[in-house]
Amino acid sequence: MTQHPSPGTGDLHNDAPPRAVVLSADRLVKRFGSLRALDTVSFHVRDGEAVGVVGPNGAGKTTLFAALAGTFPVNEGRISFGGQAITHASAETRNALGLARTYQVPRPFLGMTVFENVLVAAQAGGGAGQAEARDLAADVLARTGLMPLANVPAAATGLLDRKRLEVARAIATRPRVILLDEIGGGLTEAELVKLIALIDSLKAAGLTIVWIEHILHALLKVVTRLVCMAEGRVLAEGDPQEVMKDPSVRRAYLGSDPE
Amino acid sequence: MSHTHVLAAVSRLDKVLIGLGAALAGLLLALPLFGSPLIVDKLTLLMIYIILAVSWNLLAGFAGLVSVGQQAFIGLAGYFVLRLAEAGMAPFPALIAGAVVVLLVAWPLSWFVLRLKAAEFAVAMWVLAEAIRSVIMFDPLVQGETGRSLVTLNAIDADLRRTAIYLMAVASAILVLAVSYRLLRGRLGGESQAIRDDEEAAGSVGVSTMRVKRTIFLISALGCAIAGTLWLASAITYQPRAAFGINWSVFMLFMVLVGGLGSFLGPVLGALLLFALQEAFGDFGAWYLTGIGCVAMLFALYAPRGIIGLITDRLGREPLSMRKELDVRSERRGR
Ligand SMILES: Nc1ncnc2c1ncn2[C@@H]1O[C@H](COP(=O)(O)OP(=O)(O)OP(=O)(O)O)[C@@H](O)[C@H]1O
Ligand SMILES: [Mg+2]
Repeated sequence: MTQHPSPGTGDLHNDAPPRAVVLSADRLVKRFGSLRALDTVSFHVRDGEAVGVVGPNGAGKTTLFAALAGTFPVNEGRISFGGQAITHASAETRNALGLARTYQVPRPFLGMTVFENVLVAAQAGGGAGQAEARDLAADVLARTGLMPLANVPAAATGLLDRKRLEVARAIATRPRVILLDEIGGGLTEAELVKLIALIDSLKAAGLTIVWIEHILHALLKVVTRLVCMAEGRVLAEGDPQEVMKDPSVRRAYLGSDPE
Repeated sequence: MSHTHVLAAVSRLDKVLIGLGAALAGLLLALPLFGSPLIVDKLTLLMIYIILAVSWNLLAGFAGLVSVGQQAFIGLAGYFVLRLAEAGMAPFPALIAGAVVVLLVAWPLSWFVLRLKAAEFAVAMWVLAEAIRSVIMFDPLVQGETGRSLVTLNAIDADLRRTAIYLMAVASAILVLAVSYRLLRGRLGGESQAIRDDEEAAGSVGVSTMRVKRTIFLISALGCAIAGTLWLASAITYQPRAAFGINWSVFMLFMVLVGGLGSFLGPVLGALLLFALQEAFGDFGAWYLTGIGCVAMLFALYAPRGIIGLITDRLGREPLSMRKELDVRSERRGR
């Protein structure tokens, strides 16, 4: 496995050369009945890195995020965050430590407004006081393009806005590492450009990013390392171009063109 | 850092309502000076209903925890008052202490019941209420079905007693309303609603789901306990079957669902309606329960958001809404 320093803006904020591993998962196994959705997956992310995760449908990408974020316990393996063992920690503890996730199928708080959704994240996960949380939430809404919908009930928003809301809520918890699950699907080219700019700004602010995305050209604009999964295993990882050329990766994508 | 983003100001209507509420509270506190004993007794009951409705709404409407066993805390509170009085505590301190002691039961219970899923929680609470009642009926002090009177309270002059209990009831209702207003406008309000809407997602944004649910559960239990001691104080006699009766849950459900689940004002309106219906039809016995059932059904069919929903549709906004609205004008100024 090759380690790549994160490029560009991120480096301006952190001049310590070799960055520490911030999130690390060792030999994770997650079974659903007889299915091994995660079959001995090891996964490490360094501080300030932007990692892409790809793989065919059902590869176990979302399951990996859920395992990392503490949505459900794993059957085997260990997870640590910032040097601390979190294998058995609750989702809220992991979030408090600085690990945030978005849901591939958005799960907004439907009885609350868009602003309230983000505000609760800013207060609970972000640990912000009343006034500070309002500023944080408003700032996040502006950055994710949701400000015009601030006082609209989340139940009245469409899928794309709900995906934005997923990102907004995660950012509002002031994470160190953010796990983004297919937030680009369904966006127009212009909207994708905006999304990439948003993610770049998060990177520039020092956030570590892990992004599952089927839209490869968007993903490759952001990430410095790519992990390809299939059938619950990591097929290949490393330099994005190299990974995409890997024969096993091409085989896994057989029938579904990688580009 | 200067804070540029503010919540939308409290609306004119809400300011008027809060002012009216304060004036009404003052009027209620002064009522014993001129009201007849009958009115005082009836209003004590109304205050008990308001406390119960607000407590149940906190639990079900804001945290999504639907319970049909809150009578456990009503009945327990009465029992603890009896026990404390028996142990020599003066009646009025016993009324207050009895409600607080209920928390010592509710707290360990919460560890168990709050791990259950929605329907299991509702049923478990009812089973617990029944279980606690049967245990208490073994206590010779309660004398099984017969029940027992709070004799030390009965010894106090009737007028003085009536006034004191009434004032306690009004003060408790004001307290419960004020506390829930503060909590719901603050962080706990957002957190509990997030749990109600999607507990897993709430955890993923850092909400300590167990802590929040337990806090709401305990506040709600305390509210029911206060109502329970007030009820014992006005009835004097403690009968376990009545104190732990499922009809308390029926009343709470009625008041909150008909008034407006998850709103601030709805439960108060629901309590007023229940009170009015009992005043009008209470003499018809079983028929009056049928009537209450019919009213609930009509609302479920034609106005599922309750009285508050009807008012909201009329006014275009919910009076005394707990919604936190971002002032988008301040947003423009701030940028
Ligand atoms: N809660 C669950 N219960 C049972 N099976 C599950 C559950 N979640 C996922 N699976 C199964 O685990 C496998 C991996 O699913 P996962 O959602 O992680 O795939 P994915 O790589 O995210 O796919 P996609 O690109 O379609 O989102 C699939 O076969 C899926 O059906
Ligand atoms: Mg997925």
